[in-house]
Amino acid sequence: MLAAVTQESKFQPNETYLARRRIIARVMSFLLFIAAAASVLVTTGIVYVLVSESWNFFRHVPLLEFLTDTQWTPVFAEPRFGILPLLTATLWAAGIALLIGIPLGTALAIYLSEYAPSKIREIVKPLLELIEAVPTVVFGYFALLFLTPLFRMFIPGLTGFNLLVPGIVLGIMILPYVVSVSEDAMRAVPSSLREGAYALGMTRIQTSVRVIIPAAFSGITAAYVLGMSRAVGETMVLAIAAGQNPNLTGDPREGAATITAYIVQMAMGDLPQGSLAYESIFAVGLALFVLTLFFNLVGFFLRRRFREVY
Amino acid sequence: MAAVNIEDRAGFKPLSDAEAGRVVHAAKRRDFLFAILGVFVLVLSMGMLTALIVDLLIDGLTRINYDFLTSFPSRRPAQAGILSAWVGTSLVMLTTALIAIPLGIMAGIYLEEYAPKNWITDIIEINVSNLAGVPSIIYGLLALGLFVYTLGLGRTVLTAGLVLALLILPVVIVATREAVRSIPLIIREGAYGMGADKWQVIWHYILPAARPGILTGAIVGLSRAIGETAPVLTIGALTFIAFLPPSPIQPEFPFLNFDWLTSPFTVMPIQMFNWISRPQEAFHINAAATGLVLIAMTLTMNAVAIWIRYRLRSQARS
Repeated sequence: MLAAVTQESKFQPNETYLARRRIIARVMSFLLFIAAAASVLVTTGIVYVLVSESWNFFRHVPLLEFLTDTQWTPVFAEPRFGILPLLTATLWAAGIALLIGIPLGTALAIYLSEYAPSKIREIVKPLLELIEAVPTVVFGYFALLFLTPLFRMFIPGLTGFNLLVPGIVLGIMILPYVVSVSEDAMRAVPSSLREGAYALGMTRIQTSVRVIIPAAFSGITAAYVLGMSRAVGETMVLAIAAGQNPNLTGDPREGAATITAYIVQMAMGDLPQGSLAYESIFAVGLALFVLTLFFNLVGFFLRRRFREVY
Repeated sequence: MAAVNIEDRAGFKPLSDAEAGRVVHAAKRRDFLFAILGVFVLVLSMGMLTALIVDLLIDGLTRINYDFLTSFPSRRPAQAGILSAWVGTSLVMLTTALIAIPLGIMAGIYLEEYAPKNWITDIIEINVSNLAGVPSIIYGLLALGLFVYTLGLGRTVLTAGLVLALLILPVVIVATREAVRSIPLIIREGAYGMGADKWQVIWHYILPAARPGILTGAIVGLSRAIGETAPVLTIGALTFIAFLPPSPIQPEFPFLNFDWLTSPFTVMPIQMFNWISRPQEAFHINAAATGLVLIAMTLTMNAVAIWIRYRLRSQARS
């Protein structure tokens, strides 16, 4: 009997082991929390840097002038700081990207979600990811030195730097993302809805347009909004192929610097810290951040909504 | 009470057999046309990718040789090479990986395993998904304002590695969470049943089982970091570097050397950008060759990641 008890206690963890285990568990859960909280620090850091550097900028340039002036000439003797030329160029490029990305992306998402057999889907989705894997600077090369000369043969008035071609390339770049988010949303629609539509004699395209798209509407909208956010924030393609000249234009065949292209151009020029031109890149950066943050938050809540419904 | 005749309802007209046949045919034709449209979009986007690669191959393939990989940049395009660029890229990637992977895994495990359901967790979650959408150039501004000037780290390998690590952190976090979530409950329960505590379960069971998924995320994240140009340009990385950072390995004790962290550097995308912006045609050829090396690296990394995921899925099925 006694022997049996001692035999058993050999398998009982002793106190020092348990104490050590408790300490490790506590330390680790603390460290893991710190790691997760560090991601919040990154955002705080971004907001802090953007706001503190733009603060100085806006003491010299009134906000109203920044938002309404139509000239952006930061290095002139009489500098003018109106974000409109940069903003319109950004929105032109992003708009063209959406014009390409939304119809193509939606069509491909419907095809993958409602038409394609699972075998094809398994092959196509990784292939689309490969588009996302191409470095943006390579897309820039492609836009400037391959597509632009090609398009100039067909489109009269297209200049060597222009907003049209980078916009189209951007559209192809955001395509995989738009497809994957909206296909997710379509596939989350319960198959009972789909089967109900089929039972009424609807074809696949009728089912898609009248049942799936309305049911997945918030998720598909999220895909568009997030695609927009990416197009607005994209840098290298525009810095390379859209030129670096601030230009308030209504014609996408002309070149114009976007917000991102301006930041790159200025940062490369080794600006003295504290100069107005240095602070101006943080001011336009802040504008860009607010713009994308807005799109991202809208997209986040739209996506969350379609997840909750089903 | 008069029976309501369905046919009196608005817009409903009975169809003759011929008409019904036409409607069905038209619907079927549209259905078929849409399938073709889907395939067409697919071919179009893949065609773009192919055109891009073929264009690079035509322009740059002849330029890639041993000298190109082992020469410094030069004013004479025919003698210029990408030695400092690929060495810089390797060192920056090493720094990025050492920071982003551990931090991302830890944050991912916290969010998946530890996080209580409260507002702090909500903030962290929203924050991570928002960070994934912040344009990369904004990270560049963070690095310029905070790392380069406020913390005084300068335009060094360390600054670049750090900013790219922050950039890919959300990718690693999301991959870790998905990998951890997909582990069957039975593994967890078995481990708890044997008396393991939470950390032991994670360290001995969850992490090893989640390794392929985490690895996929890390590879995809790093492949993104390799191609990132904007944030590294923004911190003011030099475009003309004709020397190498000190080697990380040295013959004397302690054999490791960390001076390279504070060395100026250039990376491949920046070298490529620099060559694209030159007017001379010959430099464009160099840019295409650099682009080929870059795209070969990122596509290979992504292909490996896809392959790991594919194997995982077929294992899960069998």
